[in-house]
Amino acid sequence: MGNIIEIDHLMKRFGSVEAVRDLSFRVKEGELFAFLGINGAGKSTTINIMCGQLARDGGTVTIRGMDLDRDVQRIKRELGAVFQNSVLDGALNVYDNLESRAALYGLTGAAFKRRLKELAELLDFGDLLKRPAGKLSGGQRRRIDIARALLHEPKILILDEPTTGLDPQTRKLIWNVIGNLRKKENMTVFLTTHYMEEAAEADFVVILDRGQISAEGTPLELKNTYTGDFITLYGVDEEQVKSLGMEYEALRDAYRVSVPDTAAATRMILGKPELFRDYEITKGKMDDVFLAVTGKKLTEEEENRDDGNFAD
Amino acid sequence: MTAILLIKRNVKLFFKDKGMFFTSLVTPGILLILYATFLGNIYRDNFTGALPEGFSLSGGIVDGLVGAQLISSILSVSCVTVAFCSNFLMVQDKANGTIKDFRISPVRPGILAMGYYAATLLSTLLICFAAAGICLGYVAFAGWYLSLKDVCLLFLDVALLVFFGVALSSLINFFLSTQGQISAVGTIISAGYGFICGAYMPISSFGEGLQKALSFLPGTYGTSLIRNHTMRGVLAEIRAQGVPASVTEELGNALDCNIYFFDHKVEILEMYGILAAAAAILLAVYILLNALRKNVH
Repeated sequence: MGNIIEIDHLMKRFGSVEAVRDLSFRVKEGELFAFLGINGAGKSTTINIMCGQLARDGGTVTIRGMDLDRDVQRIKRELGAVFQNSVLDGALNVYDNLESRAALYGLTGAAFKRRLKELAELLDFGDLLKRPAGKLSGGQRRRIDIARALLHEPKILILDEPTTGLDPQTRKLIWNVIGNLRKKENMTVFLTTHYMEEAAEADFVVILDRGQISAEGTPLELKNTYTGDFITLYGVDEEQVKSLGMEYEALRDAYRVSVPDTAAATRMILGKPELFRDYEITKGKMDDVFLAVTGKKLTEEEENRDDGNFAD
Repeated sequence: MTAILLIKRNVKLFFKDKGMFFTSLVTPGILLILYATFLGNIYRDNFTGALPEGFSLSGGIVDGLVGAQLISSILSVSCVTVAFCSNFLMVQDKANGTIKDFRISPVRPGILAMGYYAATLLSTLLICFAAAGICLGYVAFAGWYLSLKDVCLLFLDVALLVFFGVALSSLINFFLSTQGQISAVGTIISAGYGFICGAYMPISSFGEGLQKALSFLPGTYGTSLIRNHTMRGVLAEIRAQGVPASVTEELGNALDCNIYFFDHKVEILEMYGILAAAAAILLAVYILLNALRKNVH
């Protein structure tokens, strides 16, 4: 699997603020890449530079082997973007919206109709084509946003908070569709999200803080590096848990004990087997990773404070 | 094809957005009512007062002349103010982020710019031609002295002034990015353009310095073209009734049918040339700005 995005020593300043500081990373073809960070971390600045919307102060950006400075028009054909806020024309119906957006990529007439049919089946919006975009529910609108981004069959799909504010069922549908697309078309997905369970599904995660990479790796590597394991113990009393000599937290019907790693958990179980009649061992979550790396929590409220598209 | 579909999108949005469409449409209607209600009598008194002693004109001719002045004022203002109302979408797309959806695509900035220009042109032409039709209906009621040629030239004048107005609004809107800014510009244009183009008051009634300054503005010639073609017939009829040519010439000066660039009387063809050149230059600068802005790379 080769690199589809290569970013080296990227720099961007806004006045005295260094939005992106010597940022370098790689995205492999076909992978789900998660780009995490609180508001102002530099995510959106990076995405805007990749999309040719913002000039950079230094560094190089190579997408599918093409240099951003020389081939920006060709690079744009390879990118599809779903913005945090829908940018459909509310007064126009879904068909008109998609027709005008497809035209931006030279997709018109029969070719447009063929692609529209494919996407309508894939995203299940055939019955919405005549509805004004402004009258759609949040989930329906998001499906159309995704269809808009996929019209020209991009190789890289940029999703900026794609499921924010959606109900679980729609989130599941959207992730199923994205999963299928990745399998069928080997599409690379570049994701920013505040749902850590979505980031946990990524092939590779980069956590950005104040314009720099704070941590990167697969979710498993990050969990192993930045969080410990947890043993949830059932059917024991607090005195017994205290006797383990580890940090713990009382749950409604159990206790959750923190251990540094799986090996430590194993030693603990072997040391006091009588306490471990009913238990489970889990890895730390991506929320814990994020907190450990940045010292901050990535919450929906915080992300929602940002009302712009592709804004950090 | 891309450009056509963009134009289609912009025109559809304009007509589907009741706010934009009705604001544009009511502008000429409101102006006609206001002019006819408040200014008609003032214009009438001015004409009769300007005639040499001993001359009198039939009421029909005076009404025809007043009607011609009213509609020429309305149309010369409307062609530009309606263009600004119609061009609202260009700024709205920036304000609500839609433009980003266009700019991440490989479409050339010049095509995007032309999409807005052409769509605004179509919408504005439609509204201004409709306004011209209503105005002609009013003149038919007040006193009709127009030939078919005058009517055709009037529509040509309206079209040319719309080209100019849309190019001017496109260029100004290029620098705007919020709805507050476009509202402010719309208000300024609505309030000020009528004065500087000589629609509300004839330029001839201004001081000499101001007259000279206004003779540098292309809109002045647009107003004068419309005045010439709405008033030619009625002035000819006044001459036919025995009023000396020197008087009708003075009347032409007073009503801005004759515009002077310093001491040079600007001919009709020169007025067309000035207006067309101004529209072409504004459009070229607008396209150039968009092309230069294009990508950050």
